[in-house]
Amino acid sequence: MNDSKGYWAATLSLLTKILVVWFLVSYGAGILFAPALNSFHLGGYPLGFWFAQQGSIYVFLILIVYYTKKMGQIDREFGVSED
Amino acid sequence: MDLQTITYVIVGFTFALYLGIAFWARAGSTSEFYVAGGGVNPVMNGMATAADWMSAASFISMAGLISNMGYGGAVFLMGWTGGYVLLAMLLAPYLRKFGKFTVPEFIGDRYYSKAARVIAVVCLLVASITYIIGQMTGVGVAFSRFLGVTKEMGIYIGMAIVFAYAVFGGMKGITYTQVAQYIVLILAYTVPAVFISLNLTGNVLPQLGLGSDLVGTDVSLLAKLDQVVTELGFSEYTTTSRGSTLNMFFYTVSLMIGTAGLPHVIVRFFTVPKVSDARKSAGWALFFIAILYTTAPAVGAMAKLNLHSTVNAGVNANSDLFAAENSIKAYDRPDWMKRWEVTGLLKFDDKNGDGRIQYYNDKTKDQAVLASAEAAGWKGNELTVNADIIVLANPEIALLPNWVIALVAAGGLAAALSTAAGLLLAISSAISHDLIKGVYNPGISEKSELLAGKLSMAGAVFVAGYLGLNPPGFAAGTVALAFGIAASSLFPAIVMGIFSKKMNSEGAMAGMLSGLSVTLFYVFAHKGILFIKGTEFVDMVGGVDGWFGIEPNAIGTLGAIVNFAVAFAVCKFTAPTPTHIQELVESIRIPKGAGAATGH
Repeated sequence: MNDSKGYWAATLSLLTKILVVWFLVSYGAGILFAPALNSFHLGGYPLGFWFAQQGSIYVFLILIVYYTKKMGQIDREFGVSED
Repeated sequence: MDLQTITYVIVGFTFALYLGIAFWARAGSTSEFYVAGGGVNPVMNGMATAADWMSAASFISMAGLISNMGYGGAVFLMGWTGGYVLLAMLLAPYLRKFGKFTVPEFIGDRYYSKAARVIAVVCLLVASITYIIGQMTGVGVAFSRFLGVTKEMGIYIGMAIVFAYAVFGGMKGITYTQVAQYIVLILAYTVPAVFISLNLTGNVLPQLGLGSDLVGTDVSLLAKLDQVVTELGFSEYTTTSRGSTLNMFFYTVSLMIGTAGLPHVIVRFFTVPKVSDARKSAGWALFFIAILYTTAPAVGAMAKLNLHSTVNAGVNANSDLFAAENSIKAYDRPDWMKRWEVTGLLKFDDKNGDGRIQYYNDKTKDQAVLASAEAAGWKGNELTVNADIIVLANPEIALLPNWVIALVAAGGLAAALSTAAGLLLAISSAISHDLIKGVYNPGISEKSELLAGKLSMAGAVFVAGYLGLNPPGFAAGTVALAFGIAASSLFPAIVMGIFSKKMNSEGAMAGMLSGLSVTLFYVFAHKGILFIKGTEFVDMVGGVDGWFGIEPNAIGTLGAIVNFAVAFAVCKFTAPTPTHIQELVESIRIPKGAGAATGH
C-alpha cells in the first residue's frame, strides 16, 4: 500500500494530539493553572509547583515513548517502515 | 588521603579514560568525522546527547538559579526538557532521513540556495561560539577551585584533552567520550543529592524527598522552606514566578524551541543508523537528561534549607529566627564557608559588629520583617552567596565525605568538556563541509576534506581556548543569546522546510533574517550593540523589558513568531518551490529508504 497522503495525515494527527498534551502539562498545569492547582497537594508538593518542576518532565518523557511506539505502528500500517 | 590528592586521583582517572577512548576511536573518513560513521546505537547516542546537551550551566549553575528563583526556575526545567518533545517529533527523524552531515546543508538543499546555507552557517557560528565561551570559563572555574591550579593552566589542560579526541576522532571520538562523560557527570550530580535527601527527609530519591516530610517531623520540606524564607523576608519559594505569566510563557517557549534548533544537538541524531532509531534516541536522550533535571530542583531547595539552617539555629530548633543567639557566630562558621570566601563567590560582612552572621532579605517590602530585624539589632543582610556555589559546595554544606567533593569536580569538568566538544564539531563541520566543500571548493577530495575538518577543529579549539582565557565582558549573558538565535532563526526554517512543501527560498531567508534581527535588536537594546557597554538603547524599546514585560532572554519566542509570519507573507508573493524540491520534502517525510548519512 502506497498512500503517502494518508500516511502524512495520520502522522500530523498524532503530532497534534501529542502537542496538545505537551502544551497542557507545561504551559497549562505548570504555568497558567499552577496557582489554582497549588491548593491541591501531591505528598508535600503543591500540585502546580510539582507540574512545573517535576511532573511536566515525566510527561514529556512518556509522550516521546508513546510517539515512538505509535509512529512505528503507522509506519508499518502504511508500509513505509525501514525494516 | 586529603581532599586535594583524592581530587587529583579522580579527575586524573577520568582524563586518562577520555584519552584512552580518543586513541581507540580515531576517525578515518569524513563520514566517521562528521557523523561517527552513522552507526551509533540509539541508547549510546541518547547518553552522548545528554552529555552534549548538559553544559557547565546545567551542571554548575542551574540548581543555584532554581534555588534563588524558586517556582520560577521551572522555565529552565520545562524549557530545557520540553524541547526534546519537539526535537523528537518535528525535527530529528526527518533530518535523519534527509541523511546529510550538517544543519546548514539541509537548509541550503531544501531552500535550493547557497545564500540560505551561508545564513544558516552564520547563525550556527554565532550561536555555537557564544555558547562555547561559557564552557571554557566553566573548565577554568572547576580547575582553579578544586585542583589548585590557575584558571589559565586549567583552560590549557582542558584544551589539550579536547584537542586529543575531537581533532583525531571527530564525531566518533566525541561520541564515545561523551558516553563516558555522561556517566561521570550523572554520578557526580546524583550521589551528593541522594546523601542530602537521606539526611533531610530519609528518602533515597531526591525527586521523592523534595515532596516528603523532614526527618522526625510532620512538616513537609517545601512547607518548612516556604515558612523560613518568608519569615526572613524572601519571597515564598513554591509560588514566586519569573516576571509575568506572559514572560514565563515566552521564556519557556524560547528555551524549548531554542533547544530543538541548536545545531550541536541536532547533529547527534545524524549518527544513528535508522529513522526509527532517531525517534528512539530522542526518548533515551530525554530519559538521561531527566535524571539530572528532576534532581536539580531537589538540590536547589534542599541546599537552600541547609544554608539557612547552617547560619540560623532557629531553623531546626523551630524557634524565633530573630533571637540573637540563633544566628551563627562568625568564628564558628564552617570551613567550607571560609574556603569559598577565598574565591569571592561567598561574602560575609559583619555590618552590625555583633560577631554573628545575619542572613535575611533587607530589601523586603514586608514591614513586619523589617521591624523584627530592627528590634533584633540587625543592620542589613551580612551574607551573599553566588548561585554557582549551590552545586559546587553542596557536598561540603552537607558535610559529605571528600571523595564526593572530588567527584563533583570531575563531573563539572565532564559537563563542560562534553558540551565544548559537541559545539566544536558543529563549528568545524560548518567550516569544512558547508563553507569549504559546499560553497568555496565543491570538487575537494574526501581526503582533503577530512584534513580540512581536522584543521578547522584544531583552529576552533584554539579560538575557544583564547575566548576562555580572555572572556569578553559580556560572556555571562551570552548563553541565553545562543537559544534566542537558534529559536528565532534555525528552528522555524527547519520546521517549515519539513512541514510546508510550499515554503520557498525567498520566504525562508527573509524569515531567518527578520527573526534574527528582532531578537538581536531587543537583546542589544538591553545589553549594548554587540554587547559593548554604553551602547544600550533601552529607551527605544520602551525601557527595561519594554515589550509586554518580556525579558531579553525570552525574546527568541517573538523572533520565531516574526520569522514564521514574514516567511509565509514573502512566500505568497514570490516564485513557488520547484517540483524537485517538493519531491525532496515528500521523500524526507517517509522513513523507508534511509541510507547512512552522506555528504553527497
